[in-house]
Amino acid sequence: MKERDFPLIFERSTPGRRAHGLPEADVPEVPLGSLVPTEVQRKAPPALPEVSELEVVRHFTLLSHRNFSVDQGFVPLGSCTMKYNPKVHEEVARYEGFSRLHPYTPEELVQGALRLMGELGEELQELTGMDAVTFQPAAGAQGEFVGLLMIRAYFARRGEERTKVIVPDSAHGTNPASARMAGYQVVTVPSDGRGNMDLRRLEAALGPEVAAVMLTNPNTLGLFEEHVDRIAELAHAHGAQMYLDGANLNAMLGITRPGDQGFDVMHANLHKTFSTPHGGGGPGACALLVKRHLEPFLPLPVVRRVGDRYALDWDRPHSIGRVRAFYGNFGNLVRAYAYLRALGAEGLRAVAEHAVLHANYLRVRLAPCYEIPYSRVCKHEFVASGIRQKRRSGVTAKDIAKRLLDYGFHAPTVYFPLIVEEALMIEPTETESLQVLDAFAEAMIAIDRESQENPEVLKTAPHTTPVRRLDEVRAARYPNLRWEPEPRRCMG
Amino acid sequence: MRYIPTTPEERAHMLRTIGVRSLEDLFADIPERVRLQRPLRLRPPLSDPDLLRSFRALADENAHAGRLVCFAGAGAYDHFIPPAVWQLASRGEFLTAYTPYQPEVSQGALQAGYEYQTMVCELLSMEVANASLYDGASALAEAVGMARDLTQRNRVVVSTAVHPEYRQVVRTYTASLGVEVVEVPHREGRTPVETVARAVDERTAAVVVQQPNFFGGIEDPQTLGEVAHRAGALFVLASADPLAFGLLAPPGEVGADVVAAEGQPLGNPLNFGGPSLGILATRMSFVRRMPGRLVGATVDAEGRRGFVLTLQTREQHIRREKATSNICTNEFLNALAATLYLSLLGPDGVRRVAELCVRKAHYLKERVASLPGYAIAFPGPTFHEFVVRTPRPAEEIVRALAEEGFLAGVPLGRFHPELGDDLLVCVTESRTREEMDRFVEALRQVA
Repeated sequence: MKERDFPLIFERSTPGRRAHGLPEADVPEVPLGSLVPTEVQRKAPPALPEVSELEVVRHFTLLSHRNFSVDQGFVPLGSCTMKYNPKVHEEVARYEGFSRLHPYTPEELVQGALRLMGELGEELQELTGMDAVTFQPAAGAQGEFVGLLMIRAYFARRGEERTKVIVPDSAHGTNPASARMAGYQVVTVPSDGRGNMDLRRLEAALGPEVAAVMLTNPNTLGLFEEHVDRIAELAHAHGAQMYLDGANLNAMLGITRPGDQGFDVMHANLHKTFSTPHGGGGPGACALLVKRHLEPFLPLPVVRRVGDRYALDWDRPHSIGRVRAFYGNFGNLVRAYAYLRALGAEGLRAVAEHAVLHANYLRVRLAPCYEIPYSRVCKHEFVASGIRQKRRSGVTAKDIAKRLLDYGFHAPTVYFPLIVEEALMIEPTETESLQVLDAFAEAMIAIDRESQENPEVLKTAPHTTPVRRLDEVRAARYPNLRWEPEPRRCMG
Repeated sequence: MRYIPTTPEERAHMLRTIGVRSLEDLFADIPERVRLQRPLRLRPPLSDPDLLRSFRALADENAHAGRLVCFAGAGAYDHFIPPAVWQLASRGEFLTAYTPYQPEVSQGALQAGYEYQTMVCELLSMEVANASLYDGASALAEAVGMARDLTQRNRVVVSTAVHPEYRQVVRTYTASLGVEVVEVPHREGRTPVETVARAVDERTAAVVVQQPNFFGGIEDPQTLGEVAHRAGALFVLASADPLAFGLLAPPGEVGADVVAAEGQPLGNPLNFGGPSLGILATRMSFVRRMPGRLVGATVDAEGRRGFVLTLQTREQHIRREKATSNICTNEFLNALAATLYLSLLGPDGVRRVAELCVRKAHYLKERVASLPGYAIAFPGPTFHEFVVRTPRPAEEIVRALAEEGFLAGVPLGRFHPELGDDLLVCVTESRTREEMDRFVEALRQVA
């Protein structure tokens, strides 16, 4: 470690120091060897840090200061929906009745938890126009995998073998990866000049071997698929199923429902639209919603209302099985339901309206300085491009992103979707104020000016962050994925 | 409007700037025929006090581990969690951050991830760990997928002493890939080496065993690993409670090639089964086949140490359908809690928790064994769980004991129909001798 490096917890370690307050055993002492044979016992202790509780508290508090989050500032990451995470969520999720509940507690003793899942499911079905739900997938990508396995099981039951899944070229990378994991071949269909899926190319790709069309709507350009019902018609005419990647559901709440657009399966990322915190990359939570004909294939078990009680239904002979142990990321279901109950129907519609209002406001404010490749009314996000800046002074989207960090903002999503050069994908969300949106727009305008007057300041950005630009190539070429204890030096 | 700061005046200003008359105009691109023509039929919104009240009522309907003394385990464990763990993990800077796509402003998460990877490697004695997967069960399925890719073989041999839900998940994940899953029946709660040896052949990609196993039994992983390796298969070790490796020989020392573990016991609450934490660790030579995110150390423009997400060319956002998996969101916050937990425990603490578990469980096991009508189902050493043969169906015992304030364990009939009178009982360091003595008395009463 160099003087200027921020220490690792291992580098704060002093042999013999302790932070835990564990008791001695309160049962009669018997020789350990009589309980666990010596040959299966561990020989050397793990090299975990030996630190005091204060050292742990201080280390991780200081680390938290080196992290950027919604609680500190604007995170306009497109397709991530980094809205405010209400504090009431944390309060209720920590109620012992939820947080200390064992998953194998008998059904009659977990009625509150099952009721919560049951009611959340009912609300989400109404919100999306779908007929049945499971919360078992731990995240959206796992939901895609489950949805595709259910489609596979559906066709198998009909005696059909279909081998292909169609995804647009603007799709999230998880879509093709999930299709592949479910054993499908991926067919990519390009977008047209308005940013919709190219209908003619779709028609050409459809056929009896296509199991599903996976769409994101609004798509990753932030645009509503204008022919979504026509796409569904075409797919259904060929017997294929329609899958909705619900990452962008925030723009549709109370306005239009995927079930009415013709989708057969969809996932909702509860950590996006329903405002459970992202936790630095997880846990997420997923609601996988399906139309009636796919219900028999839902993973085990399914929460079912029986009179005024709720039960776990295990008797489902056509189920695809399980994709994780227990019932899903329950803790985040509590948060998502708290969000739904705080807002209600009108509140949710207002979320969509303001998410879209804020995105269009920013789009219009940035349009004089940045190329907006698909300049029509966007939904909750839009894609700008740094192509003008690049042509003018060699400044890239990455440079613009890094410079934004100096202005106190998190950067937008960059280089995605792949079909826009120097893409900067911006999603402001409904929870940011006009003042924040204006400050961000002014920073972007100032960066554009800098790119003309002093491009070097962008190419070497960021300048004010805890560390400067990091060498990612070196990290990949010489992987250093864990700390190694240094050989002990002689004392004195 | 809840959580929306925009005032009517500001709204009007924004609409003017955009050049539209109303909010409605912003949705003109949505065809009329797919518009919702009525308000959503949802439950009415709740004020904050009503919200807290109604969620409190839902929570109070549940018999949680604060109300019933918890002797249930089976993959979800009531270990003690030092308060510092979640007071720190819940800091908004960690809780409300996104995936560290901009490393310069995410050093907190990234460094914690690097520390997590190191601690997992130390606890398991493995060379490399990723920055977390969803849970132990899906991590095991990913491990089997790795074994298939690495060996180019299509058959896995799995002991039925592996958690039944983990086995179900392995089957779900592998079914679409044409992998054959061969289950080797346990014998008296342990994995019989000879049967495994007979089941393994040159088509076998992996042998999968759990340590300690689903029944709480301590396996002989060294020998099972040798059986796998002799056939050119990988040895995949699952664990539902890696704290056991505070005392038991860690996977890396007994020849494990891939380890898939459940990290909930490391500082994460029960949460009715989730979120939990999928741990995946392997050899450095397999790292490019490993799914999930990895944090690596590097330097910044001034030569200072810093951390980034690395080897991303394996991942779905770059490789798309050729990626090693589709994992995008992981369980970072739970990995952070595990990092805090292991920092607070240190080498002395993990050893002590493991010892307390085994000593206390052994005390209860002996007391239950001496109760009339009850028996210990399987011989052989156990860690913090053991199977009790009950005088009445285990489901009935659990129901009766709940009346007395105990969650008596997990009845095994649902998973293993032949074990309908068997109860899986777990004792962690959180249980006191007094609780165990009262539990024994209550068991005696319902015999």
